[in-house]
Amino acid sequence: MIVSFISSSIPLGVPLLFGSTGEIITEKSGHLNLGIPGIMYVGGISGVIGSFLFENSGALSLMEKGGFFNVLIPFLAIMIPFLSAICGAILMGLIYSFMTVTLRANQNVTGLALTTFGIGIGNFFGGSLIKLTNTDMPSIALTRTSNFFRASLPFADDLGWFGEVFLSHDFLTYVAIAIALLAEYVLNRTRIGLNLRAVGENPATADAAGINVTKYKYVATCIGSAVAGLGGLQYVMAYANGVWSNDAFGDRGWMAIALVIFALWKPTMAIFGSFFFGALCNVTFYAEGLGTTKQLFYMLPYVATLLVLIITSMRKKREHQPPEGLGLPYFREER
Amino acid sequence: MAKTAALELKHITKTFGSVVANKDVSLTVNKGEILSILGENGSGKTTLMNMISGIYHPDEGQIFINGEEAVIASPHDAFDYKIGMIHQHFKLVNVFTATENIVLGLEEKGKFDLKAAEKRVRTICEQYGFELDPKKKIYTMAVSEKQTVEIVKVLYRGADILILDEPTAVLTPQETQKLFAVLRRMRDDGKAIIIITHKMHEVLSLSDRVAVLRKGEYIGTVKTAETTEAELTEMMVGQKISLNIERSEPVDPQPRLEVHHINCSNREGVKMLDDVTFTAYSGEILGVAGIAGSGQRELLEAIAGLQRLDDGAILYNNPKTGKSDSLRDKTPIQIHELGVRLSFVPEDRLGMGLVGNMDLIDNMMLRSYRRGKSFFLERNAPKTLAQDIVDRLAVVTPGVTTPVRRLSGGNVQKVLVGREIAASPTVLMAAYPVRGLDINSSYTIYNLLNEQKQKGVAVIFVGEDLDVLIELCDRIMVIGAGRITGIVDARTTTKEEIGLLMTKTTAEGSETP
Repeated sequence: MIVSFISSSIPLGVPLLFGSTGEIITEKSGHLNLGIPGIMYVGGISGVIGSFLFENSGALSLMEKGGFFNVLIPFLAIMIPFLSAICGAILMGLIYSFMTVTLRANQNVTGLALTTFGIGIGNFFGGSLIKLTNTDMPSIALTRTSNFFRASLPFADDLGWFGEVFLSHDFLTYVAIAIALLAEYVLNRTRIGLNLRAVGENPATADAAGINVTKYKYVATCIGSAVAGLGGLQYVMAYANGVWSNDAFGDRGWMAIALVIFALWKPTMAIFGSFFFGALCNVTFYAEGLGTTKQLFYMLPYVATLLVLIITSMRKKREHQPPEGLGLPYFREER
Repeated sequence: MAKTAALELKHITKTFGSVVANKDVSLTVNKGEILSILGENGSGKTTLMNMISGIYHPDEGQIFINGEEAVIASPHDAFDYKIGMIHQHFKLVNVFTATENIVLGLEEKGKFDLKAAEKRVRTICEQYGFELDPKKKIYTMAVSEKQTVEIVKVLYRGADILILDEPTAVLTPQETQKLFAVLRRMRDDGKAIIIITHKMHEVLSLSDRVAVLRKGEYIGTVKTAETTEAELTEMMVGQKISLNIERSEPVDPQPRLEVHHINCSNREGVKMLDDVTFTAYSGEILGVAGIAGSGQRELLEAIAGLQRLDDGAILYNNPKTGKSDSLRDKTPIQIHELGVRLSFVPEDRLGMGLVGNMDLIDNMMLRSYRRGKSFFLERNAPKTLAQDIVDRLAVVTPGVTTPVRRLSGGNVQKVLVGREIAASPTVLMAAYPVRGLDINSSYTIYNLLNEQKQKGVAVIFVGEDLDVLIELCDRIMVIGAGRITGIVDARTTTKEEIGLLMTKTTAEGSETP
């Protein structure tokens, strides 16, 4: 019971982990990207479009020939949606950075607009694809691609509870953890990370130190968006078994942004936080029998975030605060 | 030493909107030389230096470095030309350590190694005699430590041309002497150093040559050894100004504010005020002297109701009712409602005094909005007040609807002091009201304070320039490490006496009302 609870909580947390790692990278450059829900949504639909086109191209049937194709086709079936999701998300990131870095538009407004825009785009293409499939179902099933994504380690089942909790997940789960660990390392242990944090804390200082503030802001936002976009892809391909239906993604994007605060802008904290949030979401499934009170359980991740905000505000530790320059546009010649 | 030009500026012009910050400026700095740049507030010194360090781009003109024309498009280019700038407002990241700030933006080959960088920082500190913990976070540092970080940062990068923008404004006299020793050593090392300062004795004691700017225009360069204070002042202001500050005898002094044995501690539990007792009289200016950070700020904040007291009492003798009111543990608004008016010019003019993004009128309203009865804001009176301050104090601004943060430092200060005085207080506290102001504006402020004194206001003036304190004030209270080390009569005291009291930590001075 506990093992299956933990094991089923982890996939719920993975999209949040992608989303919050991406948002942390972006926020470290001083940009509060509230477009993350939209970007994750676009990441999801881009992956769906990629794999839809690939599946319909008939390439999958080449696998019957065996041999070399047995490796190439699964590889392409994963890489095409993977790259599509990243490209879609980066496009969204570019729109956001162009608006907020180059044009210095208000970040909150731009982000919220981008979320609305992203969900609209997702639903538009989702709806179109659903029409193309000529079925009565309001969804697209990409089961074959999904099976490639959901392939887990073959020996996980033999290792009992350990295998089920730690090894039974799809490969994107481990990618998410690896990206979070990598982000933590880069942010805190490399020159690039130091420069990026300086840009987010105090862009004027970073500029005076000879750091290309605009470049860092653009790159951080786009990488952050790409990472977040993978969250949408993981949701569709692994968690939802390759079934896309409009608006099924829910409020995971907002939860990812809440998780950034919960994790105190630390990617490693986001790993634990995302699985904790996943578990809190999972509780709602176990609480089906409670009827209307079940809605209360949906609040749990946000209540946890509020608690963290209260506790960190009381402790007043400067390292636990958001980057000082967060949300402020930077213009060199303004005094 | 052979004089070769390290840096040459030719016909530099820069405008911000309709304000001309620099107009046709040409000057030269040689290797192995310290050049002072002297000018009033808003004369464009900082703007000029920002163009050399790549923060701004000149609209016209050329910059030559080592005889070759240089295009400094970004601070990064400035580094490549080995130009290092120490800004007036520190450019440091608060949550970073000293070392992280020092290596920020450096592109060195090899692995990113903070430990090795810390070692190099330590070596530089030892070499020049700085006291700095490379692992200390900036937000826990005092102002002078932050400046040390800035200077070490430039040294770490091996700059050949150093620009220091008012470096001594935040330093104690001892720290200033240390800094000057370092600068002289670097000059002897063949580096070109540009120092921006208001303090005439620093110009005369430190620099080899002095370049003077006035209202953005280049007036000329003179050799320090061949000039006098009077000549420089004349070049700077364009007219001879009287060096005497008027001082009238106090009229009918009555005890207005009585402070009895107050103690207070900061957040870390360190005692900031230790058994402070004094009385401020109406119609006199009480000067407060002391090394920066000796508790001046805490004292003023305690009186203004912004600082919690551990014990002690502050009594205010209300001239209207004749009663004594205790100010202790009252909020600033309660103090206001009691009929007590404390006008407070905080040390940090933009942080506590004014809202940078708001225009002059709105900043005036910060003091007066509570008086309005209507649902809608009444902007006419504040507008008149703002215009009045701009006219009387000669504030350089495109208009009263300009956001305060767009004004230069000195002009911001004028707006703040003007507003506080306009509130017609009965007790006026001013901390460093002339910091960063040029001579003319300083005198305007002194006259305003004198005007208040003649109206019967008890003025408390926290200053740093002892000459000014001695000429302006009636009594001078000296504070050292949170204790009152003496209260002296400004008419009979000497600089030496006050200087001695400033470095003392026990009370021995005599009370002379």
